[in-house]
Amino acid sequence: MYKVLLSWRYLRSRYIALASIVSVTLGVATLIVVNSVMAGFTVEMHDRLHGILSDIVVRSHNLNGLPDSEWHMEEIRKVAGDEIVAMTATVSVPAMINFRDNIRGQWITQPINLIGIDATTYSDVSEFEQHLLHPLNRDQMEFLLRENDYGRGRKEKFPVAGWARRRVAAQWEQRNITDQVENGAVASNDAALITSPPFELVDDSQTPAELPALPDSIEELPALQGPLDNGPRGVGQQGSLPAVPFQTENAPQLTFDAATEQHTGIVLGISICSLRGRDVEGDLMDYYFALPGDDVKITFPNTGQPPKAVSDSFTIVDFYESEMSEYDSSFAFVPLSKLQNLRGMITAETGVASVSAIQIKLRAGADLDMVRDRLQARFPLQQFGYQIQTWRDMQGPLLSAVQLETTILNILLFLIIAVAGFGILATFFMIVVEKTRDVGILKSLGAPSRGVMSIFLGYGLSLGIAGSLAGLALGLLFVDQINVVASWIEKVTGQEVFDPTVYYFSEIPVVVNPLTCLWVVLGAVGIAVIASVLPARKAAKLHPVEALRYE
Amino acid sequence: MSSAYKLPQSKILKVAEQSPHLHWAMAPRVMRATGLTKSYRKGKVEIPVLKGVDFEVREGEFQAIVGTSGSGKSTLLHLLATLDQPDDGEIFFEGNRIDNLPAKSRDILRNRYIGIVFQFYHLLPELSALENVLMPLMIRYGFTKYMLGRRKNRRRAIELLDKVGLSHRLKHRPRELSGGEMQRVAIARALIADPQLLLADEPTGNLDRQAGDEIMEILRDLNREQGLTVVVVTHDDAIAEQADRTVHLVEGRVRTM
Ligand SMILES: Nc1ncnc2c1ncn2[C@@H]1O[C@H](COP(=O)(O)OP(=O)(O)OP(=O)(O)O)[C@@H](O)[C@H]1O
Ligand SMILES: [Mg+2]
Repeated sequence: MYKVLLSWRYLRSRYIALASIVSVTLGVATLIVVNSVMAGFTVEMHDRLHGILSDIVVRSHNLNGLPDSEWHMEEIRKVAGDEIVAMTATVSVPAMINFRDNIRGQWITQPINLIGIDATTYSDVSEFEQHLLHPLNRDQMEFLLRENDYGRGRKEKFPVAGWARRRVAAQWEQRNITDQVENGAVASNDAALITSPPFELVDDSQTPAELPALPDSIEELPALQGPLDNGPRGVGQQGSLPAVPFQTENAPQLTFDAATEQHTGIVLGISICSLRGRDVEGDLMDYYFALPGDDVKITFPNTGQPPKAVSDSFTIVDFYESEMSEYDSSFAFVPLSKLQNLRGMITAETGVASVSAIQIKLRAGADLDMVRDRLQARFPLQQFGYQIQTWRDMQGPLLSAVQLETTILNILLFLIIAVAGFGILATFFMIVVEKTRDVGILKSLGAPSRGVMSIFLGYGLSLGIAGSLAGLALGLLFVDQINVVASWIEKVTGQEVFDPTVYYFSEIPVVVNPLTCLWVVLGAVGIAVIASVLPARKAAKLHPVEALRYE
Repeated sequence: MSSAYKLPQSKILKVAEQSPHLHWAMAPRVMRATGLTKSYRKGKVEIPVLKGVDFEVREGEFQAIVGTSGSGKSTLLHLLATLDQPDDGEIFFEGNRIDNLPAKSRDILRNRYIGIVFQFYHLLPELSALENVLMPLMIRYGFTKYMLGRRKNRRRAIELLDKVGLSHRLKHRPRELSGGEMQRVAIARALIADPQLLLADEPTGNLDRQAGDEIMEILRDLNREQGLTVVVVTHDDAIAEQADRTVHLVEGRVRTM
């Protein structure tokens, strides 16, 4: 009885001891915040990677692909049919993109990862469509240029794009050439001769959701009768290559009218032709070198022996924004059949096309590794040379790096709590010294040594509980308000806490794991109790007479 | 521990009537010690404090131990209270040897059979007067048992505080009490367990004459009215004169007068 009473009274009369527990509190709070943020990152990344990568990919090591995707899909279905929800074939090939920075007029060349997809089935295995900017494309992707309205519902603003932009650009180009011819200059692609287009390509303050307000100069141009979304579509005849019809219902035309026609559509990773940075005022700003509606040239190897470079013009029909910089800065999607055609992957006699990978989506809860192993058994490496991986296998290094980071941070922070434990140890020793006479009194009244010990152990326990519960509350509050706190710190220090140009997250993702919280709290309480063992033993061993004499 | 042996009240009173200062002489011994020696070691030097002390106190006796400062009075009292152990010699309580008991048994002995009052009161500063008085019972009983008997114990504690004249100071903390009041609380605490023997180490040493007299009055009343055996350490001759018997400690030895 006296143990409870005295632990409690000491707790209430020694607020200084609570100061020592503050370190535990802060340690616990930090641990919870760090774990929640790390878990948030991990979960967010898992989600994104998983969404992008589909569940299992059967990939040919050969750039020229695995022949006859139909047969392969059938075989895969035979092996793991009941687990499979959807399948799609893709062709991916390293390529170069070549386009003109419309403001400075320079030509930009970049390496990309060109992927031929079947728009409908590809969306079944991955979240491809969800990452597109045009709301209609998010429902149904057709590789067709839309009128405008790109980026509606996006957090950051997006400039005018689509047909609205393409028409103006075509008119301007036309007038520019005419001007130059009139002035005796020779029309050329030379950057020096090209003046700026009549509109800004940077992210201006126009809200995409509003009616696309075109720049003033558009009024100076003759009225246009451009195609709308359902209007006539064109297929370009560019270069020396024979143009392959992409929409068979439209007959190829002899001259390409950029104002009304588009080349084959291409979806570019948003970072391929944009930069995220800060303007003079330090506000976040996107700078676009090219936008949906602009044409680009893509160069890639064909399947010849040795491979020869093939190039063709494409019209950007949308941007792909997965917020994983690795993908956003390298992926470019084109229609599968077009790419197969251009690369010569279709056998002329049989019409059978080869693909470079088959992506598989499994039913929810399916055992990825099991299906992978089954497929591996069906397509032995020695015979086929296919790489069969789950999405986790593909992103293994990244995921395990994050895991390692979390572990190390946890160890470091627990060391901090352990340091706090030494603080408690010191404080408790002082309290025991201060309470020496009380210990003598208790012993003179017949309190056994064990009883005296449990007073101080109970004291440590209750301090530990109080401290870690306070820490838990503080940590959870912080996690809950982390984005508010971050913006507040930004305002006070002028320093970006969570730089969206780096992370491509606009908010700090957090996931609170109750089990982690429990462990953290138990650990902290344990440390407080362990730290109070030595002082408590010291108190228990005090000689009653000497304790009573203590001044 | 042998069950408490108590002289019937009537017998004591009868003896007291016949010879008010001699009744204890016929009563059985509550405590007896023979040849107690105790020395403190300071580095290599050994300081002998007690050099073979014989001691006895009989039931219902009011005994005083006097001696000059540093003569070892407190040391002797601590040995008798089993707070410390003698280097040599034996101590008996109600016929049972107690100086060589294991720590646990000595804890129980102090908790139930021997009440101690100190010069510096030695109250627990975080507890109220009432809680201080209840402390020996809190130590004796576990949580549930204590809570079950809580009302009865409280009533008993209030009764004792009333007896020492402090019924209006139940909720006060020690630092809110005067020295005399604190010593009364300490006496009530020593009495709550109904001890066989009350040991007091200069209970008036820190008080002025009037407060000291009041404390002595309480102790004498306890002795006279309830037959409580009291041993008081003092160097106040006026107090020693009131005792049934006075033991003189001189240079670690007893000189009875
Ligand atoms: N822990 C100790 N270490 C060394 N010497 C001690 C210790 N405790 C007591 N002494 C010595 O023992 C002697 C007796 O001490 P004690 O406290 O018993 O005296 P006392 O008679 O009670 O004196 P007072 O009347 O001043 O209270 C003193 O000389 C003291 O210095
Ligand atoms: Mg003394």
